[in-house]
Amino acid sequence: MNNELKHLAGLTVSGQMDRRAFMGRAFALGATTALAGTLLGSQAKAATPQKGGTLKIAMSGGQSTDSLDPALASNETTFMVVKHFGDTLVEVAADGSLEMRLATAVEASEDAKVWTFTIREGVRFHNGDALSAADVVATLRRHAGDESQSGALGQLRAVETIEDQGGKVIVTLKEGNADLPYIMSDYHLAIQPRGGLDAPDAGVGTGPYKVVTADHGVRYTFEKFADYWDDTRGHADAIEMLIISDDTARVAALQSGQVHMVNRIPPKVAGLVERHPSITVHSAGGRSHYAFLMHCNTAPFDNNDLRLALKYAMDRQQMVDKILFGHGSLGNDMPINGAYPLFSDDIEQRMYDPEKAAAHFKASGHDGPVVLRTADTSFPGAIDAAQLFQQSAAAAGIQIEIKREPNDGYWSEVWNKQPFCTSYWGGRPTQDGMYSTAYLTSADWNDTRFFDDSFDAQLLQARSETDQTSRKAIYREMGVKVRDEGGLLCPMFANWVEGTTDKVEGWYDDPGQNMMNGFATIKCWLKA
Amino acid sequence: MIAQRVALSLLILFAVSVVIFVGTEILPGDVAQNILGQTATPEALANLREKMGLNEPALSRYLSWLGGLLQGDLGVALTNGRDIAESLISRFGNTLFLAAVAAIMSVPLAIFLGLVAVRYRDRWPDKVISAATLTSISLPEFFIGYLLMLFFAVKFPAFPSVASVYDGMGFLARLHAVALPAFALTLVVLAHMMRMTRAAVLNVMESPFIETAELKGLSSFKVIYRHALPNAIAPIVNVVMLNMAYLIVGVVVIEVIFVYPGLGQYLVDHVAKRDVPVVQAAGLIFAVIFIGLNLIADITALLSNPRLRHPK
Repeated sequence: MNNELKHLAGLTVSGQMDRRAFMGRAFALGATTALAGTLLGSQAKAATPQKGGTLKIAMSGGQSTDSLDPALASNETTFMVVKHFGDTLVEVAADGSLEMRLATAVEASEDAKVWTFTIREGVRFHNGDALSAADVVATLRRHAGDESQSGALGQLRAVETIEDQGGKVIVTLKEGNADLPYIMSDYHLAIQPRGGLDAPDAGVGTGPYKVVTADHGVRYTFEKFADYWDDTRGHADAIEMLIISDDTARVAALQSGQVHMVNRIPPKVAGLVERHPSITVHSAGGRSHYAFLMHCNTAPFDNNDLRLALKYAMDRQQMVDKILFGHGSLGNDMPINGAYPLFSDDIEQRMYDPEKAAAHFKASGHDGPVVLRTADTSFPGAIDAAQLFQQSAAAAGIQIEIKREPNDGYWSEVWNKQPFCTSYWGGRPTQDGMYSTAYLTSADWNDTRFFDDSFDAQLLQARSETDQTSRKAIYREMGVKVRDEGGLLCPMFANWVEGTTDKVEGWYDDPGQNMMNGFATIKCWLKA
Repeated sequence: MIAQRVALSLLILFAVSVVIFVGTEILPGDVAQNILGQTATPEALANLREKMGLNEPALSRYLSWLGGLLQGDLGVALTNGRDIAESLISRFGNTLFLAAVAAIMSVPLAIFLGLVAVRYRDRWPDKVISAATLTSISLPEFFIGYLLMLFFAVKFPAFPSVASVYDGMGFLARLHAVALPAFALTLVVLAHMMRMTRAAVLNVMESPFIETAELKGLSSFKVIYRHALPNAIAPIVNVVMLNMAYLIVGVVVIEVIFVYPGLGQYLVDHVAKRDVPVVQAAGLIFAVIFIGLNLIADITALLSNPRLRHPK
């Protein structure tokens, strides 16, 4: 076999290259799809999982106000806790494809309006009950119902009915949506016995680990669920999860060997941490992006020339170099990048151009400073980023006035309220998910006030379009529209920077979410 | 006199609870908004508010909380429905444990160093002690924490950098776990107490009875601890109590750095989420501690002074 191919496959498996890039390079070298796929598989299998041990992880984000109710999970800790004790119907794999979990098959009607999920047999809950379609229906109804307090409610609005028909779950939508299975992969929708109606925060599900102690904001411990249905996951006997919000303390816990993995290593220190002989720093590119949000319906941002002036006045490369320390990629003023399925990579990258910025600024007729609101909580390094932006805009003759806001209350008082502020988005599994959450006219979180009827129409058209080529073409047009007319100034996509010690094996980069899309403790194992 | 002070303290506690309630009410956003964060939709918000009883007027929420409190019921946390009394007791126990370990190390050490400084006043031991303690109090506490962590957890791993304690942990294991945060706190509070001891005792050293003691041939150290210290005890107890109060209510930074599950972090999390019943309960406990320790200081001052003890 070709040595170069082997090298590429090795890179991909060890996470230094994404699967898409590998496939592309492999074709260029003349390999067939089947060969390239097999090659990846054999490299990945080269390391056999070892069972046993207690895997320890330190996470940021958890608070003593957290709950085990999946409906209320909203930070990166609870996101991961839910994955330990619960399973969803389907999951999104690292390459963007769907992986069947508690559902074994998903079928859609022609118009993508009626979806049928076949439920896996022989699966047990931690309380000993067998999983049935009734549990699935009850869970989904709890999240989609009128009394729902769930974080998934927004995505489930289009659901009309959820029925149990002879062991199959039938979901009927008000309008067709080719991406419904992706919605079902939402971590809030972990299946609970009887839908969790009796005790929503009992922490009982079908997942690989049982909750032993849940001391919110401090520590969680889990033990392996002996009857788990899937052998390929849950290698360690027990998991101990510590909540360490302080960055320095979390990194110190990894360096002193008290934990095996940590999330969120500040990019600033990633280079130093990596010098430690037993620590590997993983930098995984994903869909998370940092944003400067302008309201397209509020003066002075209702003028597209002004929006373009600000977009051209942003030195994106400087942002990636100085804010992310290289752990990220350039943003192109659209919320979509190569980590999304059906992305068109031929859209021209917008770069820093003070002359164009000055010309658009002049054309906008705006006079005086532009007020930008920011706080540390909006994204790590937001204040520094705002100051860099102030400098690069000043070179184009645009005066930015930075208004610092308190972290406390930023998400309720500034974000989605003030016309120009810094923010971040974690991304969604699909382009449809991202656009319908924040760019559709009727979306609650249309945080750029981007109201465009033809854009909305295209979104609905793409949603029920089953031909992938035409779907991709529609998404390309939509992306270009947001890029050239929207209120999103997106300078960068940030990587997740995370660390493991040399005792941990089985890591791969997943663009889905942080910590291997929340599966780091479940899919990795400890070397004996 | 003591009964009057206790009654006054209760009045202050009531006022504190009103201030805390009003304070949390006027902060922007409510608990439902803060739980759902970026995932909040208007329907989910409305449902959550309804469930938590946030639609009731503020006054009736306050009165029902006060009614529960008088019957010994602190209620449940709005955010996760856990019993507040239960969570508070375990967190408060942890806080007291850390404070006790730090106090047992720091109070005797501070007084001893203060006396040594008096004995060798203006000579090199005095200067070394003053310089060292002033240096440690001048460093921000998080920095002391990081330094201890760097040297005693990362470079020479003698103690854990994560002070994780949980139910069913043995006493010695607990002591080992809290070693670094306790050292850090000791360094933070040492200087204040030591300086006050030194100043108070030096003040007394000017008195004629000290001269008498010296003239009758007592050793200088004996003069200090037998004659000077008892007469300087009131201001020292005062500053010790202030520092004890700090060790209990003001250590949130150390708790965060060493991941210690004490009351401070618990309170901060719930303030950020606007979980009013928990903030009320924790705020009251802090107020009780502060008022109680100050009461102790006053009573000690009373008892240590014969003129106050036996009024004419």
